[in-house]
Amino acid sequence: MQLQAIDYTVIGLYFVFVIGIGWALKRFMRTSVDFLTSGRSLATWITGLAFLSANLGAQEVIGMAASGAKYGILTSHFYWVGAIPAMVFVGVFMMPFYYGSRARSVPEYLRLRFDEKTRGFNAISFAVMTIFSSGISMYAMGLLFQRFLGWDINASILIAACVVLLYTFLGGLTSSIYNEVLQFFLIVFGFLPLAILGLGVVGGWSGLQERLAAPNIVGPYAPGVMTESWQHLGSAAANPMGVEWFGMVMGLGFVLSFGYWCTDFLVVQRAMAAQSMNAARRTPIVAAVPKMLFPFLVILPGMVALALVGPEGLSEGGKTDYNLALPLLLQKLYPPGLLGLGLTALLASFMSGMAGNVTAFNTVWTYDIYQTYIRPGQDDAHYLWMGRMATVFGTAASIGTAYVAMTFNNIMDLLQLVFSFINAPLFATFLLGMFWARASANGAFWGLLGGTGAAAVHYVLTGVQGGRAGLLHTYPSDMAQNFWGAIVAWTSCFVLTIVISLVTKPRNPEELRGLVYSLTPKQTDEGLAWYRRPALLGALVLAGAVLLNVYFW
Amino acid sequence: MDLRLPIGLLFVLLGLLLAGYGLISDPAIYEASLGINVNLRWGIVMLAFGLAMLSLVWRGRRVT
Repeated sequence: MQLQAIDYTVIGLYFVFVIGIGWALKRFMRTSVDFLTSGRSLATWITGLAFLSANLGAQEVIGMAASGAKYGILTSHFYWVGAIPAMVFVGVFMMPFYYGSRARSVPEYLRLRFDEKTRGFNAISFAVMTIFSSGISMYAMGLLFQRFLGWDINASILIAACVVLLYTFLGGLTSSIYNEVLQFFLIVFGFLPLAILGLGVVGGWSGLQERLAAPNIVGPYAPGVMTESWQHLGSAAANPMGVEWFGMVMGLGFVLSFGYWCTDFLVVQRAMAAQSMNAARRTPIVAAVPKMLFPFLVILPGMVALALVGPEGLSEGGKTDYNLALPLLLQKLYPPGLLGLGLTALLASFMSGMAGNVTAFNTVWTYDIYQTYIRPGQDDAHYLWMGRMATVFGTAASIGTAYVAMTFNNIMDLLQLVFSFINAPLFATFLLGMFWARASANGAFWGLLGGTGAAAVHYVLTGVQGGRAGLLHTYPSDMAQNFWGAIVAWTSCFVLTIVISLVTKPRNPEELRGLVYSLTPKQTDEGLAWYRRPALLGALVLAGAVLLNVYFW
Repeated sequence: MDLRLPIGLLFVLLGLLLAGYGLISDPAIYEASLGINVNLRWGIVMLAFGLAMLSLVWRGRRVT
């Protein structure tokens, strides 16, 4: 791919604006609360789009297109079964406790509800995870630019990281959130023509269905497997994902998606920056509306790429690499000019994901680690300074992990595996913590550890076809092993927390006011206009998701 | 700061840039995109979006 002057101009203009936003917000950053939590002052449409955008890292965009090429429309379950119900749940049911408890972070909520050790475990694992995931995504982006544009991988990583550092250092969380909104629009406008042109090239949805039913694409499966989302989930052997409906709904839909959208501080932080309780509750629900339509933007191009070039066209050196799907299609369909816009969208998605990681990291580091364990009792100016410093060394550490990923691919795989063990049971802890006043501090901590351990044991005892054979069971795919591992971890944590809570001392109910459902005044939406009622909006969004599932059945 | 201002400005500039390039560029480059001058058309769409954002800013100022 050769870029023209016009493409560089488009990219350059984007850089000027993202840094400009950081610069313009600099003078508002007076306290650590302004810098790290936006002083709880932002409007719903802003936090809503940022909620969505912070999750839209380069790995999400490229990875979802890759899954579209690999599994077809089955990938839509990550949205219409996974993300949407979870986003409605966190808005309607969980946000009253996150926002109402006045906690500044998710780990801090755990400390208020349970105790210090659960917070410490969550804060430290979260801090390490954010650094590594932003490093891995940085490396993925650098690799892509190297392969398609011939850009030097070191230079791409360094320049992109410095731009993100500059605007988060200047304007803190507000700058990150404002830029995420800008980036959201760029991602939509940058990829929408790709979906439209792609559909045009393959002859519309029916043309795509026809092309994706070709024998070299579906292999041993039924002809409609790539374009029908539910019909082939009767048994794990009937679809390329190797999952049947139960594993899909419980593993992906319930445990993994709820675990991510309801407890990951990276996204929850955006809602916590909203200006009021009502705005905070509507944030994830507002985000769910565009989220519902994203399969069209990110999964469809992957499917089109597969239809156009086949699995053979996506291989390099004899190995199929589905990550090539999106850039390949950009290269095929975009002329100079629009290509610059497409690459800007790719850069924007990368930067929004990375800034999300950096701003979540510096808050957890400053409040949950530094202020708690290292230097408590300083004045606020000191913590503001520490927040800024955390931005710098968080970015530096991410760059470091990008190089670790470059050198030791296997270590990174191992780390991501360990992180998935830690994340899978977390939703059980929050569910019990928020809705069962009897859940005790020791129950939560040991339940969490037990769930993490169960995930690890499940992984060791099971295998995947074509890979290591399992002692207990061999799954047809990595995906199936991953979904079932999550179910095992969640259930273990859920049961262990209940059992241990029942034999340990409960907290005094007085201390749990505002933290647990039964001890908190109910949120009433009466008297509010319909578009301000989280429960009603949530129901509408869910109805939309049901319709989409039925339409693409 | 009204966030709609920088978003509106950026999209107006990008829209003008792409549409302008669409007008002067060699039609041969649009073979890949089904023969459609996507720069011109998408540039106009982006320009319209940018102007809509700016008009919201302007309306907001008049009200307050």
